[in-house]
Amino acid sequence: MSDEQNSVSDILEDNTYKYGFTTDVESETFAKGLDEDVIRAISKKKNEPQFMLDFRLKAFEKWKTMKAPEWPNVHYPPIDFQNISYYSAPKQKKVLNSLDEVDPEVMRTFEKLGIPLDEQKKLANVAVDAVFDSVSVATTHKKKLMEVGIIFCSFSEALQEYPELIEEYLGTVVPVGDNYYAALNSAVFTDGSFVYIPPDTISPMEISTYFRINTEETGQFERTLIICAENSYVSYLEGCTAPQFDTNQLHAAVVELITLENAEIKYSTVQNWYAGDKETGKGGIYNFVTKRGKCQGDNSKISWTQVETGSAITWKYPSCLLLGDNTTGEFYSVALTNGHMQADTGTKMIHIGKNTRSSIISKGISADYSSNSYRGQVKVGKNATNARNYSQCDSMLVGDKCSAHTFPYIETANSSVQVEHEAATSKISEEQLFYFESRGISRENAIEAVISGFCKEVFKQLPMEFAVEAQKLLTLKLEDSVG
Amino acid sequence: MLEIKDLHAGVDGNEIIKGISLSIKKGEIHAVMGPNGSGKSTLAKILSGHPSYQATSGEILFDGKNLLEMEAEERSLAGIFMGFQYPVEVPGVNNAEFLRMAHNARRVKAGEEEIDPLDFDELLSEKMKTLGMENKYKERNLNDGFSGGEKKKNEILQMAILEPKLSILDETDSGLDIDALRVVSEGVNKLRNENNALILITHYQRLLDYIKPDFVHVLSNGKIVKSGGKGLALELESQGYDWVTTAN
Ligand SMILES: Nc1ncnc2c1ncn2[C@@H]1O[C@H](COP(=O)(O)OP(=O)(O)OP(=O)(O)O)[C@@H](O)[C@H]1O
Ligand SMILES: [Mg+2]
Repeated sequence: MSDEQNSVSDILEDNTYKYGFTTDVESETFAKGLDEDVIRAISKKKNEPQFMLDFRLKAFEKWKTMKAPEWPNVHYPPIDFQNISYYSAPKQKKVLNSLDEVDPEVMRTFEKLGIPLDEQKKLANVAVDAVFDSVSVATTHKKKLMEVGIIFCSFSEALQEYPELIEEYLGTVVPVGDNYYAALNSAVFTDGSFVYIPPDTISPMEISTYFRINTEETGQFERTLIICAENSYVSYLEGCTAPQFDTNQLHAAVVELITLENAEIKYSTVQNWYAGDKETGKGGIYNFVTKRGKCQGDNSKISWTQVETGSAITWKYPSCLLLGDNTTGEFYSVALTNGHMQADTGTKMIHIGKNTRSSIISKGISADYSSNSYRGQVKVGKNATNARNYSQCDSMLVGDKCSAHTFPYIETANSSVQVEHEAATSKISEEQLFYFESRGISRENAIEAVISGFCKEVFKQLPMEFAVEAQKLLTLKLEDSVG
Repeated sequence: MLEIKDLHAGVDGNEIIKGISLSIKKGEIHAVMGPNGSGKSTLAKILSGHPSYQATSGEILFDGKNLLEMEAEERSLAGIFMGFQYPVEVPGVNNAEFLRMAHNARRVKAGEEEIDPLDFDELLSEKMKTLGMENKYKERNLNDGFSGGEKKKNEILQMAILEPKLSILDETDSGLDIDALRVVSEGVNKLRNENNALILITHYQRLLDYIKPDFVHVLSNGKIVKSGGKGLALELESQGYDWVTTAN
């Protein structure tokens, strides 16, 4: 793909860039660097309402006063935020009338990734929003969802069509100054997905976003906002990949979920960003993501399921704010690290309402030279009478050069609370694999059986096809590491 | 069926098997005895293709095929089975599912369809009954938390499911209580026919009272120092190993 660099001032001054994307040039990328003008340029380019620009600028002010977190158990050289481009988009017309207008290269890329977007081939029971570098390129099944009142579109489109919903909810779960990377995201995010499920509606299909980083020196900062109104339900899937580069790309996303009374959101992720070279550790994605759900209405539920298999560094804690009474938060995680990957991931369960429940099942698999840390916080406020938490954190080691760590933090301000924590460490060994092989079972099937046994409780939370994919992915990644 | 010719083998350059020749025909039972550390398990592992052990010279033919060139998985599919002296525990993998995987691997190899899970359950129940095994063997995870004797029984259950041509049972008798030894031995005897063969590695005559060997070999320091008929085992039982190993 050819890139065209535009200086920020060009864009700010030249009004023809307002509709910026011409059809013939394939990709457009901002010059590197970050200052207030860049933020104004992004906002202008996207023709955003004033509140959005104010939100961004406020976040940027906060960010400038903040420092990158040093507490995670990961190590990397300081990131030069001036050496990143904050906007990159496949060039296209402002509004696509049909998928035919999406760059065929981009369509092919997604097809190669197993995500066909065109009308004939699209996945029958999954609606997909495909995000390419910073921009959403296609959303399938929109009409069908609209028939039951479900809004599913790119974040940019939502800003144009439903600004009042965004203004009401954006930043209410993850405030602009929440943490260093969330603040950065709030200032510079370019696109993402927006979902609104109206009251009394069960989504007729799975809804999903597929992220693809394509350009070498852009950061990807996407924003997802999902609102599930009273008595409604949605299951949401997120998938990600990136090509191999020798340099590191930054991915700093923010996801906010909100459930109103009696509503439920199930959010599943299979993350397979490029992890860097297995031998040297060169390159790969820095995955610094803030994901948080707020169970605002009574009796509502948010459930996070993640299968993390990629990225050079992962820093991610999908969390639940259990505000309403009788609300439930769940976190199911499989995090695999191999090569030189580093992951510090886990969750936070904040119990505020009465009779709130949370459960945490975390399975960490470390191989080669990698480091895999679970970090979980369970915090129970003084009004959270009868709150309960169950946590189980298991680690599996493959080889003897990797490491696994668990950092549970428990804080309770209410005496009627029950908190349980269990942890175990096991190994997948050459002896185990030989045992299978000596019974005529292939090495591949053996690894799959051991891993899926270890991850059983998490995989069963995933939609069927995702579970199968996730299992294959883990097996593939571990095949070279065992032995 | 099996032809071992002047085999030298070891681990990480340390020679453990120092020139063994052995010929086994179908229908035969060979007992291998010998002091601790003489190389019995190493021989079993070499035969089943354990990747940590390497043959440095010599040859092993199984049904005319060069066994040393085959992976462990292929050897199993070709009909070799080893009952481990120390079966490994595999948490998270259900025992019945493991057995089904192993059974299916054979069917796939033979160009047949995978077995229907319900049919397999029936087959498994039947085999377990003949071995006097309770239902918990189906429900539990592979050797996970099994007692020493339970692990050995589970090895024989696998043998019953896989119906191998050549079974190498490495001290299957140790750890079994008196009743279990009898039941397991009867089970093994039922699995015997004129087309398969058995190598029994053991320290005790007890087992050989139930499963009668055609030949007994004594291994010492990586070599077969004496071979004979089943009487040899009785002599060893009364006199110990000294008289064969020092006579060498
Ligand atoms: N993986 C290994 N690494 C190092 N030494 C080994 C290894 N495997 C076997 N050996 C050594 O080889 C020798 C033979 O071991 P082996 O297990 O074959 O003996 P054995 O005859 O089966 O003994 P036992 O009657 O105690 O079961 C022993 O000295 C043992 O320590
Ligand atoms: Mg032994």
